[in-house]
Amino acid sequence: MSDMAIRIGAGDSPEQAAVGPRPRSHRAGTALTAQALVAPAAMLMLIILLGPLAGVLALSFTDYQLGAPSFSWIGLANYREMFADKVFWISLRNTLTYVVIVVPGSVALGLGIALLIQSGSSLRSWYRTIYFLPVMATLIAMAIVWEFMLHPQFGLINGLLRSFGMQGHSWLQDRNTALYSLCAIGIWQAVGFNMVLFLAGLVSIPKPLYDAAEIDGASGAWSRFRLVTWPMLGPVTAFVVVISSIRSFQVFDTVQVLTKGGPSKSSEVLIYTMYTEGFEFFRSGYGAALTVVFLVFVLALTLLKARLNRGVHYA
Amino acid sequence: MAAIELSAIRKSFDRTDVLKGIDLKIEPGEFISLVGPSGCGKSTLLRIIAGLETQTSGQVRIDGEAVDGVRPSARNLAMVFQSYALYPHLTVFDNIAVPLRMRRLSAAQRLPLLGRLIPSRHRTERGIREDVERVAALLEISPLLSRKPGQLSGGQRQRVAVGRAIVRQPKAFLFDEPLSNLDAKLRVHMRAEIAQLHRRLKTTFVYVTHDQAEAMTMSGRIAVMIDGHLVQVGKPADVYDNPRDIRVAEFVGSPKINVLPGMVRADRGVEALGRPLELSAAAAAGACRICVRPERIELGGGPFAGTVTHLENMGAEAFVHVGCDGMVIPLVARIDDPRRLPEIGAPIGFGFAADAVRAFDASGKRIETTPRLRVIQPREPALV
Repeated sequence: MSDMAIRIGAGDSPEQAAVGPRPRSHRAGTALTAQALVAPAAMLMLIILLGPLAGVLALSFTDYQLGAPSFSWIGLANYREMFADKVFWISLRNTLTYVVIVVPGSVALGLGIALLIQSGSSLRSWYRTIYFLPVMATLIAMAIVWEFMLHPQFGLINGLLRSFGMQGHSWLQDRNTALYSLCAIGIWQAVGFNMVLFLAGLVSIPKPLYDAAEIDGASGAWSRFRLVTWPMLGPVTAFVVVISSIRSFQVFDTVQVLTKGGPSKSSEVLIYTMYTEGFEFFRSGYGAALTVVFLVFVLALTLLKARLNRGVHYA
Repeated sequence: MAAIELSAIRKSFDRTDVLKGIDLKIEPGEFISLVGPSGCGKSTLLRIIAGLETQTSGQVRIDGEAVDGVRPSARNLAMVFQSYALYPHLTVFDNIAVPLRMRRLSAAQRLPLLGRLIPSRHRTERGIREDVERVAALLEISPLLSRKPGQLSGGQRQRVAVGRAIVRQPKAFLFDEPLSNLDAKLRVHMRAEIAQLHRRLKTTFVYVTHDQAEAMTMSGRIAVMIDGHLVQVGKPADVYDNPRDIRVAEFVGSPKINVLPGMVRADRGVEALGRPLELSAAAAAGACRICVRPERIELGGGPFAGTVTHLENMGAEAFVHVGCDGMVIPLVARIDDPRRLPEIGAPIGFGFAADAVRAFDASGKRIETTPRLRVIQPREPALV
């Protein structure tokens, strides 16, 4: 966005002919007009996006506590403390584990369901709606439903397992399964969104390409997928992967409702640590430092997406 | 080189009959054009031959073998699409190589990374490279091999699509309006190239087009389709000269054939615009339509009179539009020498030879006409 603003500000050619009768001051005048036109948008961006960001960055170098009358600059002390803290590393590892499981899971399932819906002839919109429901529902409310489903004694999941003669499990109370249960819920929630994006991508693939593939000898569904569908979905896939990654990095609601990062930090994730440090222990400075680390990851993903897009061919 | 036989092909989409019983025998090695106005079902017929569409009833035979239920890839036909349908993510080389890779490499060898480890793949790839380069040289696209389709012009994409079709030796080539996305000049050029390609390859070409000029100039035979029926099949000159149906007469030839309201009298005599012609018809009395090609109209004299309404000077030839009473659409006459054009608005007389007349009855079927007792009639002086 920022470089677009710069480009508009530096733009010179089209309006030159129309504006300004005096050629000498003409160029300067055009630049001034352009800057004036860009100013409101730039100002808004500064206030809404860049300002708070700078604030967070500044805060991370202080020992400010929420509500405290004063604070002092402590340089990199927050970061030093953070990198020495075991909880931070557990939290980071859990977040990465969550991303590594949820992203491929929800992308692959979303693509699979989109392909199935696209290839079917009837009930398409019905299936579409069903799979999209989790996206529309409030995750907090859904998390409570999941809490009941995963309940060790009277949960639906354990009930089903028992009816097949298998042992039930305390999914959310066991430190070995808590994070993975959250992953499953994360996938369940993200699949519908990814599916809709993939469906849109599938619809836009030109039909003659499949005809050509068929004539060229791609007789099986798999070879048609490899030759046409997968490459043509390239841009959509790149977008879906990055969006899913960013959303997975931000996992919070389910953790807050279901596990509170427990048992014994086994489902502690970055945003949850940020929340507890900043809003439960009121250590705003430390929370800001965590936020900065989080932002670095999201920024890296965004840059990765920009890089990926350059290599992708849009038909 | 294959013979393709279609018998009683019908196709309906949701109760709409698109093809209403098509019988056609395509000889091995011939260049046949399926031509007709848009929506006549010609593309559907081509897709049925290719196997991309299944007929509702009827049979397709390729080299005597019924291919109904045989997958398109197994029919060994090549097809060039209207949109070219090049794979946008592959280079020109890879686009042309796709049909060869699909056939010569096993599924395991086509795997992205593992495939390269399979020993025989290298040798097969070398063969594919040679074939692709040979075709590229033939079509003069060798310098483009490393480009993506998005970087090519329309004409170049067209060549790549043709290259992808001819790189393997298919039994027949199917063309689905391949030139309709090109500009007029390039279209004329590609027409000659495709005709040349046919002479060189000597394979069966089935060419679908709505442009009668393309069909007339390129093919050995044309099959005119109208409203899901195959109305007439024959050599281009034959179809032009002897249309069996008024729809064929009107579709083939540019500018369109002139249609004059006429009559078959009780004594079998024929008249046009109320004036008797030196013809007798082998049909019952009643209304009929008298058709005359623009180049057979003789201006400057004759039994009919009208007014010049419009002139089209093409440089080498010119078309004179003549409005006359009893006709809604002005009559068009061709003049070889545009330097001697009449004035717009000037009254003009015209006539035509008896053998220029093609008469059709009220339902559009051709009526045989024979010149009446050859009474030598002195040419009337010009009415101008």
